[in-house]
This record gives sequence, C-alpha cells and structure tokens, in this order.
Amino acid sequence: MSGLRYVYAVCHPYESPLQRQLSGVSGAPPKRLTHHGLVAVVSTVPEHEFTEEALRANLEDLDWLTATARAHQQVIDALTAVTSPLPLRLATVFRDDSGVRSMIEAREEELRRVLDRLAGRVEWGVKVYVEKPPESSDDSSGAGRPPAKAVSGRDYLRRRRDQTRAHDDVWQRASEFSDRLHATLSAFAEDSRMHAPQNSALSGATGQNVLNAAYLVPRADSEEFVELVDREKDDVPGIRVELTGPWAAYSFAGEFSEDPGVES
Amino acid sequence: MTTPSRLPDPYGQGGGANLADILERVLDKGVVIAGDIRINLLDIELLTIKLRLIVASVDKAKEMGIDWWEDDPALSSRARQNELARENAELRERLAQLEPARPQREEAP
Repeated sequence: MSGLRYVYAVCHPYESPLQRQLSGVSGAPPKRLTHHGLVAVVSTVPEHEFTEEALRANLEDLDWLTATARAHQQVIDALTAVTSPLPLRLATVFRDDSGVRSMIEAREEELRRVLDRLAGRVEWGVKVYVEKPPESSDDSSGAGRPPAKAVSGRDYLRRRRDQTRAHDDVWQRASEFSDRLHATLSAFAEDSRMHAPQNSALSGATGQNVLNAAYLVPRADSEEFVELVDREKDDVPGIRVELTGPWAAYSFAGEFSEDPGVES
Repeated sequence: MTTPSRLPDPYGQGGGANLADILERVLDKGVVIAGDIRINLLDIELLTIKLRLIVASVDKAKEMGIDWWEDDPALSSRARQNELARENAELRERLAQLEPARPQREEAP
C-alpha cells in the first residue's frame, strides 16, 4: 500500500482529458476512479503527510496549507474547464481506492442529485470594495499630518467633522451600490450566496471589502454575466468591483448529510 | 459533443489568485464527506486564524448593517453564543408558559 487517496471532486464521466502535466497535492498527477458511473478524481498522497496526526499539524502550517489549497484548486480548475465537478473540501482522504468506491456507493444518490443540479453551471465571485478615503480633501501636500495652518480648535473640529461626513457618505453609497448590484446580479443568476467580507490582511486587496457574493451561472450565460458586471460596476468614485471566476460551484455544492446509511 | 460551451477567460485567478478567495472555497465551501482520515477542520486552530483574516473589520461592516455571517455558527463565535441565548430564551418562554398553570401566580411583584 503506497500512500493514501486524496479526493478532489466527484464528477459525471467526462471525455476531454485534463491538461497534461497537471500535478495534484504533493505532486502526483490526479487520475480518475470510475465507479457506478461516477468519477472520483483522486491522487496519491504520502502517508506521512496525511495521517490524522500529520494532517492536524500540517493544517496549522500556513505555508503547507497555502500550497495544498492552491494545488487542490488547480485540479478543480482543470476539471472545471472540461466538466462541472462537485468539489470536495480540502483534505478528503481515504486509505485506498476501495475506500473511495465505498464512499461513492454510500453517497451515490446524493452525489447524483447535486451533480445534476450543478451540471453546465459555474460560479462567479463578485466583491465590492470601498477604497480608503483620502485623509482630507484639501490635502494636496501629500503629507499625512494636518496642515500647519490648522489654526483654531474650531477649525480643526470642523475639518474633522467634514472628514467623518465624507467618509460616511462613501460607506452609505457603497452600501446602496452593493445592494443594487447584488439585486441585479442575483436576478440574472440562477442562485446566489453571500459570504463574509474578506480581510485585506489575507486577500492583499486594498480597501475594505463590503460585498462578497457568489453567483451560480450557466456556462452558456457566463459571457453575458461578465458583461453585466462590467456594465454595472460604473465608475463610482471610491468604490471598486472585483470579479473572480469561473469557479467550480463551490458555494452551491450544498450540505451533505454527516453520515450516510452505510459507512465505509 | 461533451465539450462545454466556451467560458470567458478566467478573472482574478492563476498565479495572482487571491489566497482568501481560494481558502474561503476549499476550506469553507467544498462538500464535506468524511474520509478514512477524519479531521474536523473546525478543530484546527488555523480556522480561527483564517476567520480572523478573512472577516473584514467587523465594526465597520456592522455599522453598515453587513452582518450576515454573524448568524453562521461556523463563522462566528457570536452566532454560537446567540444560539445558546436563543435556546435559553426558548426554554424560558416554555417555562413561562408552564408557570401560569400553577396556582401561586396570584401575587404580582
């Protein structure tokens, strides 16, 4: 027994080959394991990295997690190019192929139901950011400190108040803009999900994320969806719209029962 | 033809993909199927780190009424507390409904 089986996704059978030289988590190429007419996309991962104990430690390691998450996503991306996969959560690991087969048997009905629902669809992510408002409207000197001519306390207070008001205006506008955008996009999409806003510390994006939503869109309508986002995003000062995708329909994979009737 | 219809070129992915977007999906959104190696991602401390990183400045967002994640027990310890609070309130209410049935409800405070 050489290594464990890492499962990326379950799909309906697909014909086009995955891109060549695709490597999965830990470097081994992903392969198909077909059972009961469903395809599990799996790769072999080393036992020393993926036993419960090792996994627990590795998941605490941000570098390991980042590399693993990216490798996982790369396989899902490649699959999304040729089919509509049902993506599994990171680190779904079985002892061997027969463990994967048992899982498919136990979950067959559920898997088929969700796969049918997701067939021919992809997910698009849309985020709205509020850019950092300038420190002060008349601060052309560039320096972050208050201008030397801030003479009286009253002047200072007035300036502070104006700044706060301008800031609130931006938030107010961003909020209305997000509502409108989401309404338009969800009317076009088949389904939508709101996610928690992201923190810039991890995303590296500038500005404050105020809308973080996912939309389920038929492949055939994707181009139109992208154009719609493009049109809607206007050029509202201080507000930025970001589109990501096409993703596998992660946000619409739905809840699976914790334990099916049969356990492997 | 099994070839799916043409998709627009990817946006925001590839090398420059936002790590938060990827983690959000592979850790939080993919389907959970218990494998042979069982690990509950919620037990992993990194999840707390992840949440701290992913969820934006909560105060600012809340000011704007953006708080949908607060109701998600997986995302928010507050929501977990709220759930307890709600359960508590429910129990109290049930108790209150039972109380009047008892005779000593005569004296008001």
